[in-house]
Amino acid sequence: MSLDAPHRGCSGTPVLKERGQREVFCGLTGIIWLHRKMQDAFFLVVGSRTCAHLLQAAAGVMIFAEPRFGTAILEEKDLAGLADANAELDREVARLLSRRPDIRQLFLVGSCPSEVIKLDLARAAERLNATHAPHVRVMNFSGSGIETTFTEGEDACLEAMVPALPATTAPGLLVVGALPDVVEDQMLALLAAIGVPNVSCLPARRSQDLPAIGPNTRVALVQPFLGATHGALLKRGAQAVSSPFPFGAEGTTLWLHAVAAAFDIPRDRVEAAIAAPRARAERALAAVSATLRGKRIFFFPDSQLEIPLARFLARECGMIPVEVGTPYLHRDLMAPELALLPEGPTLSEGQDVERQLDRVRAARPDLTVCGLGLANPLEAEGLATKWAIELVFTPVHFYEQAADLAGLFARPLRRRALLTPEAAE
Amino acid sequence: MKLTLWTYEGPPHVGAMRVATAMKGLHYVLHAPQGDTYADLLFTMIERRNHRPPVTYTTFQARDLGADTANLFKDAARDAFTRFQPQAMIVGASCTAELIQDDPGGLAEALALPIPVIPLDLPSYSRKENFGADETFFQIVKALARPLPRTESVTCNLIGPTALGFRHRDDVTEITRLLASMGIAVNVCAPLDATPLDITRMGAAHFNVLMYPETAETAARHLEKVLGQPFTKTVPIGTHATRDFLAEVATITGLPLPAETGLRQPWYAASVDSTYLTGKRVYIFGDGTHAIAAARIAAQEIGFEVVGLGCYNREQARPLRAAAKTYGVEPLISDDYLEVEAEIARLQPELILGTQMERHIAKRLGIPCAVISAPVHVQDFPARYSPQMGFEGANVIFDTWVHPLVMGLEEHLLTMFREDFEFHDAAGPSHHGAKATARPEAPVETADASGGDISASMNGEVAEGAEVIWLADAERELKKIPFFVRGKARRNTEKFAADRGVTAISIDTLYEAKAHYAR
Repeated sequence: MSLDAPHRGCSGTPVLKERGQREVFCGLTGIIWLHRKMQDAFFLVVGSRTCAHLLQAAAGVMIFAEPRFGTAILEEKDLAGLADANAELDREVARLLSRRPDIRQLFLVGSCPSEVIKLDLARAAERLNATHAPHVRVMNFSGSGIETTFTEGEDACLEAMVPALPATTAPGLLVVGALPDVVEDQMLALLAAIGVPNVSCLPARRSQDLPAIGPNTRVALVQPFLGATHGALLKRGAQAVSSPFPFGAEGTTLWLHAVAAAFDIPRDRVEAAIAAPRARAERALAAVSATLRGKRIFFFPDSQLEIPLARFLARECGMIPVEVGTPYLHRDLMAPELALLPEGPTLSEGQDVERQLDRVRAARPDLTVCGLGLANPLEAEGLATKWAIELVFTPVHFYEQAADLAGLFARPLRRRALLTPEAAE
Repeated sequence: MKLTLWTYEGPPHVGAMRVATAMKGLHYVLHAPQGDTYADLLFTMIERRNHRPPVTYTTFQARDLGADTANLFKDAARDAFTRFQPQAMIVGASCTAELIQDDPGGLAEALALPIPVIPLDLPSYSRKENFGADETFFQIVKALARPLPRTESVTCNLIGPTALGFRHRDDVTEITRLLASMGIAVNVCAPLDATPLDITRMGAAHFNVLMYPETAETAARHLEKVLGQPFTKTVPIGTHATRDFLAEVATITGLPLPAETGLRQPWYAASVDSTYLTGKRVYIFGDGTHAIAAARIAAQEIGFEVVGLGCYNREQARPLRAAAKTYGVEPLISDDYLEVEAEIARLQPELILGTQMERHIAKRLGIPCAVISAPVHVQDFPARYSPQMGFEGANVIFDTWVHPLVMGLEEHLLTMFREDFEFHDAAGPSHHGAKATARPEAPVETADASGGDISASMNGEVAEGAEVIWLADAERELKKIPFFVRGKARRNTEKFAADRGVTAISIDTLYEAKAHYAR
């Protein structure tokens, strides 16, 4: 697909905004992948049994591997008086830190219950910081369902880290968004080959590698759901690199070119560095996307990855998006994506799940991207589905994963054809 | 506040969802923040249901807080009624909504819907999932069940099976068959697959079969008091319990006992290959009902030694304590898996019967394990028929428990060839997923002195409370003992030595101890 495709796309498409029942995860779920990335951090949710149960359900089998997260469950006596709750929290934190001396960063994660009773976790973090510094830095963010949807938990977490970042005036690139280590390494190698100076990542793998930030820092997002973090970084003087997100061969190429342009690196140097991996990605994609070509796809809102993924699937795999739902549409960050997304699909923000189900039933798409609560029921209605949460856990960014990403969407269709040959045309 | 990683039970509104999802024609309107819909996937993924749970969530967000949430609830309830046209509705709050105090019951009443609307009061900060299920079912029964003339022939209600229940689906089938063999038909099975209309017909049954006390005991007591229906006290898990259950039903109904068909468990346990199961030390943990039933089977039907018994649901603490007393073990009533793990590590059993969590503890400690109780994962909602109750349940249990253990013949072979390079102890049994690796040649060590001498140390020359150490020879000899009994041998020997004030264990000590504990 040419990079010179019409630059109108869906930029002017009106967005269907809905309010009603939302079938989405809350931001606490972000902890499941964030704690893998930040190796010396512990995430302590202050919430109810429901929060603990959610983490258990979302973490699946991982819960047994001594993970670095847990829930301080509020009990009846904590609700009676707030001063008591603070003392209880201090005690639990002290117990936790003595049991896990390897912990260097502790996140107090707010939940719906802790926010409704207005337990001041920001102040608690300050107080605990004073007690446990310098060995442990205590921070706070909200992963509550009332404030955050699924991946917004990562945004809230990274935003909370921004004030603590050291200042610098050196030019450099800060890549924002938790990527699987293997993908991050590929990205760092590409950026090094292109000649981008001083590349650092937020979040860093360990707390001592905290990136520095200042007026000569360029900030590039690799995940679309980081609006608040992005804003906080710009407030500290950093400059934004605007580009589509690095999904697929095209998205990766555009992302790398945008980064290079921010450092005045000549285009031909970039082209030379990416020629081989890009050709490899396109070749691999051509094979996988045969299954996807001409198929209609419907996205339920989940992670804010929906628009970039629809763009990738439409332009590089030949799919036809019918509806692209997103829990939240950040206009500025998404502008380059919307310009590329071919005209046609309904764009929806927010959700009234029953109405959206009516629409998906009427549209009968070939593939529906949705959460685990909807996937099996829709399969039972004869609709092929791809469960969305996998897209957040699986390595899908940059060149080497482009075909894997397409493969995630092709597999349910291939499987359906295998199990019900009569249904496949 | 209590720091928690693993919870045996969800919050009480998940228990209410288990009742709502089990039923048909009932809708649950739950006042809950965005994100609480995660619980849907327990039903659609773990239980693999092909429909969404019949639950409408208000999914309020921060911007809705204030007076708005009450309207949100009313709209959600009205919309749910219009869309789903249920026969009855239950309404309630999740933990967060409990804090904002909107009173779902009062709000729903104000809507004046033309169906029964049953308010639930589930205290999220003091109670848990099983309470939620029990209370919800009780409220539904209380609101809908009415006195009716008894059916002409003898019928009963099956009460307690829910969505997300461990083997509830097949237990219902098995108990229905068992009762049919006595000529008893099932009037209503509830909550599983019952409609609110069915609940109104419950009064026609002659008695109730209380399948799971955790989820229906309050309803059973209510039906006994209000409709005069007796309920069965024995949960028919295991051969003996099933026989007792049938005897209890015979007493209630005056019908004769049926013939036993398809029961293979007693013969399998009696067959010589099972002799090696005798006295194997088993630790049991789960919900009260399944743990108590498992202990009886273990002790009386398979011949294990019950070395520990516990449950995570405090509602069953009393019967569990009583059961533990009969086996002479300390009961453990705890929902803290770390306590359970410590207890298991201390007792070093040869088999663990527990939940999904104990399965992982067992894996960590290298102890065989079988799952007997919720909470369970997707693999314990099997496609095949696998009840726990009744005679087929007894067959299923025998297979399930014995499978992770090394069977007699294999144990015999391992012992016989224990010095053989292919059958050395690290090779492991065939079905544990262990790789058979040839033993590396051991370096030749010079044997040290003869080691401790029991009679000498019996003379009181040894300081009390001193650590017992293993001499190299004895340690090597211990390794020749098959790994699945080695833990017991080590512990017995150390106890034997300690009791006699021996501080250094020699080969002699090892065999003296073996002779002492011979049985």
